[in-house]
Amino acid sequence: MQLANIFKVTFLGLILVTAAGCASKGGDSDAAAGAAGANGEGAYGAGDRASLEAEERAAADAARAAAEAEQLLNITTFYFDFDQSTIKQEARAALEAHAAYLVQSGSNVVLEGHADERGTREYNLALGERRAQAVARYLTVLGVSSQQIESVSYGEERAASLGHDETSWSLNRRVDLRYGR
Amino acid sequence: MIKITLRATLLLLMATGLLRPAWAGLDIEITQGVDNPTRIAVVPFGWQGGSVLPEDIAQIVSADLSRSGQFSAMNERNMMSLPTRSDQVYYRDWRILNQEFLLIGQITAKETGGYRVHYELYDVYKQQRIVEGNVNAGANELRDAAHLISDKIYQRLTGIKGAFSTRIAYVTVDRKADGSERIKLLVADADGYREKVIRDSREPILSPHWSPDGNKLAYVSFEGRRPAVYIQDVGTGKRDKVPSFRGMNSAPAWSPDGRKLAMVLSKDGNPEVYIFDIASRKFTRVTRHFGIDTEPSWSADGKSLIFTSSRGGKPQIYRKHLQTGQVERLTFEGDYNARGRLSTDGRYLVMVHRRQGVFHIAVQDLKRDRVRVLTQTQLDESPSIAPNGSMIIYATNDRSKGILAFVSLDGRVKSRGPSKFGDVREPAWSPL
Repeated sequence: MQLANIFKVTFLGLILVTAAGCASKGGDSDAAAGAAGANGEGAYGAGDRASLEAEERAAADAARAAAEAEQLLNITTFYFDFDQSTIKQEARAALEAHAAYLVQSGSNVVLEGHADERGTREYNLALGERRAQAVARYLTVLGVSSQQIESVSYGEERAASLGHDETSWSLNRRVDLRYGR
Repeated sequence: MIKITLRATLLLLMATGLLRPAWAGLDIEITQGVDNPTRIAVVPFGWQGGSVLPEDIAQIVSADLSRSGQFSAMNERNMMSLPTRSDQVYYRDWRILNQEFLLIGQITAKETGGYRVHYELYDVYKQQRIVEGNVNAGANELRDAAHLISDKIYQRLTGIKGAFSTRIAYVTVDRKADGSERIKLLVADADGYREKVIRDSREPILSPHWSPDGNKLAYVSFEGRRPAVYIQDVGTGKRDKVPSFRGMNSAPAWSPDGRKLAMVLSKDGNPEVYIFDIASRKFTRVTRHFGIDTEPSWSADGKSLIFTSSRGGKPQIYRKHLQTGQVERLTFEGDYNARGRLSTDGRYLVMVHRRQGVFHIAVQDLKRDRVRVLTQTQLDESPSIAPNGSMIIYATNDRSKGILAFVSLDGRVKSRGPSKFGDVREPAWSPL
């Protein structure tokens, strides 16, 4: 019940939380979710008691946080290392913003896994699948229902960059997150 | 008048390369042959009929034998005589021309329609006829007759069954200016002729694999933006969709008896190998590991499956014995060995092998555990072994375009198809 309540905070609260999560190192996801709830309530309490000035500051903070969250939600491609399906540190803040949005909106999302052209096509399909699954797991840990998530791996079939060098390859080892289908 | 213009346009298109099959046989370039190829003269076959024959049998046979890299077929223009019957053969002529073998023949029209092709092979040094035979061909089957004759000659002179009457399936991709793609699954004769579109799509098509009877193809298609395995009859075009699940549905491989498909699903959370029984439509799980398990391929006796797995940290090839359930690792050399295919005799494992960061086709002798890299190009993939075990067809790159290339299992013969606009990939050699 308590866990459900944590996810029932308003979207504003969530945005603040996400911003806080972004500022913090965003390590263990369970811990991040716990801290999220605490921060959310704290922000509300402070707002009730504070002076007009403080309220304005809070509103400005919220607006900035909302803008930041929006920016994070604009990040829909997440990159991986060769033959790896581990989510990179720098991807976490944006994924947390997407998780918050998905929890709040109940939208559906498709995770498209991709690989670079090196190695065999079928193995790369499996690698893309593992990458999509890694992102899916991260989102579900953050409270998104697995019913909302579908993963599709294209392997090396849908390159984002057509070159044959490390720059292109690094752009192709990715998961694209797409809403509503 | 219009007819002439049309023909002229067609010729122009062909000349400029705008209209040609993905890899026409005449364009196959032998880059490396055996040291002393067998020298054979294939004389134009006799034909008494009034009309011009639609196909030149001698030319097709010459091209087939030359393409194997084991033969050097003489140019017709250098021949001193053009015998079509045994009483016209003068061994001396061919000895002077330094030919070891001579193939002659005649084509006659049958009253019932179609043709009867008679052929005779001579050993020039021994001065004797060593093969004689007849092939009946329908009106549109002269190419088939020619390939059949190539098969007979090849078998007589090398001791190995010919694979010239086989077909190859492959995928082409045309990228449009707007970034969209047109993906086609095609089938052609082993020499690249008589190309036929099996499936045309805007979404990826992968992993074509022939049924053991050579009548059907199993493949993965992303139509509807979700992958599924399809079984399609190559002759009739009739399709059957294998039940699909969330996530991956990939890498279909027919069992030698044609009753099952090994394939990869991630429905249980992770890429795993399953066996699909075509009659009962039931799946049996084969692998169970949190790593990647994919690219299954059957041994010729159907008793084991080889597959690629990342269970040891890096992709390596393993074998699962289906009766005992025992799993053994087959590859140890290098940190990337994938998409294995076993030779019919089970002795050789052909695979994609990474050496110094570059992906090559390699063969491992499973008796001696020795790995030999067969190709020097980059990004080589999708090896498929000819049903007679002589050659491997694989996909590689030429100036960032996908082309198909061939290498013999012993690495002595190499040839490649032309690079054309668009990419060619995912070759699969049909059974005999």
